[in-house]
Amino acid sequence: MALLPFTLPFAELEVGNHLYWQIGNLNLHGQVFLSSWILIGALLALVLVGTRKLDRDPRGVQNLLEFLWDYLRDLARDQIGEKYYREWLPFIGTLFLFIFVSNWGGALIPWKVFELPEGELGAPTADINTTVAMALLVSLAYFYAGLSKKGLRFFELYVEPTPIMLPFKIIEEFTKPLSLSFRLFGNILADELAVGVLVYLVPLIVPLPVMLLGLFTSAIQALIFATLAAFYIGEGLHEHH
Amino acid sequence: MTWLLLAEAAVPEGGLFDLDATLPLMAVQVVLLTFLLNSLFFRPVGKVVEDREGYISTSLADAKQKLEQVQRLEAELTEQLRGARQAAQAAILEAEQEVDNLYREAIATTEADANRTREQARREIEAQREQAQSQLMGKVDEFSTKIIQRLLAVS
Repeated sequence: MALLPFTLPFAELEVGNHLYWQIGNLNLHGQVFLSSWILIGALLALVLVGTRKLDRDPRGVQNLLEFLWDYLRDLARDQIGEKYYREWLPFIGTLFLFIFVSNWGGALIPWKVFELPEGELGAPTADINTTVAMALLVSLAYFYAGLSKKGLRFFELYVEPTPIMLPFKIIEEFTKPLSLSFRLFGNILADELAVGVLVYLVPLIVPLPVMLLGLFTSAIQALIFATLAAFYIGEGLHEHH
Repeated sequence: MTWLLLAEAAVPEGGLFDLDATLPLMAVQVVLLTFLLNSLFFRPVGKVVEDREGYISTSLADAKQKLEQVQRLEAELTEQLRGARQAAQAAILEAEQEVDNLYREAIATTEADANRTREQARREIEAQREQAQSQLMGKVDEFSTKIIQRLLAVS
């Protein structure tokens, strides 16, 4: 961005610029892995600190972890149902926690402090690879849940309530991961860009409302992704009569 | 855009929608994280929370049972208390009646005693008066004969 004659230290915009790691002839987006490792490390550290001494009378971080667990259990139970939610709670919960930590970490940690030779650190969820990976995992989980519980009768879902629905249901299998991944990717990237542009134009105070809004949408996006994932899995497990 | 300038032979062009090996690796990473969080977070915390829920529900049932017991005992005791009160009332009534009876009896005997004593006294007085009267009459007779003799002697 060399449009302006000067550049502010923390206000540069880069889009689609990646720190490439090459393993054999595979290309990896290094900045995505770096930031995701930092964030996963922080998440695991929180979990380890909180579960170090679990007690019937919770104190300190254990309260937070129990609140999270309760919240995620309610989310999974509401969407999947009392019967099967236990098996899927870790997956749904991990999706929520990873996306939430990624979104908020991307917004709250001053990543620009760390200089990379190429690209920039940021929310791992602002990279299409991450969101597509998770969306495909959700699709896999959905098929696995349905096929393992109902066998081939799982495919009856496609002709419920009438066979006319068949083409729509098949298209749906492609639109589900597409919409899941692009919703998350688009929201987080758009938020980062909006904040970036505002910081670039007016570095003080003015970006704050947008940053707060970004935090809000980030949390909502994590909730939406986890809820939809749970809903899809619940749909795959649902017994039709 | 800067990334256009930096594009070299070996390094891919990049871009917003650059899908590459990051995707499967990220998927593997998320799956690993799921297993890790399952054993570090979901299972232990779930166990603690569900244990506590069980503890609370059993304690609640226990407390309910105890409350029922207490209420039953309370009702029983109230019943007993009412019986005791009634017995006390009856005892008081009986005692009052007895006292009343005794009082009346005592008054009656005393009155009878007094009457008898009075009657006796009256009778004694009567007898003495009669005696006195008869004595007096004797004396009068004596005097009158004496007076008559004197008068006869004189004349």
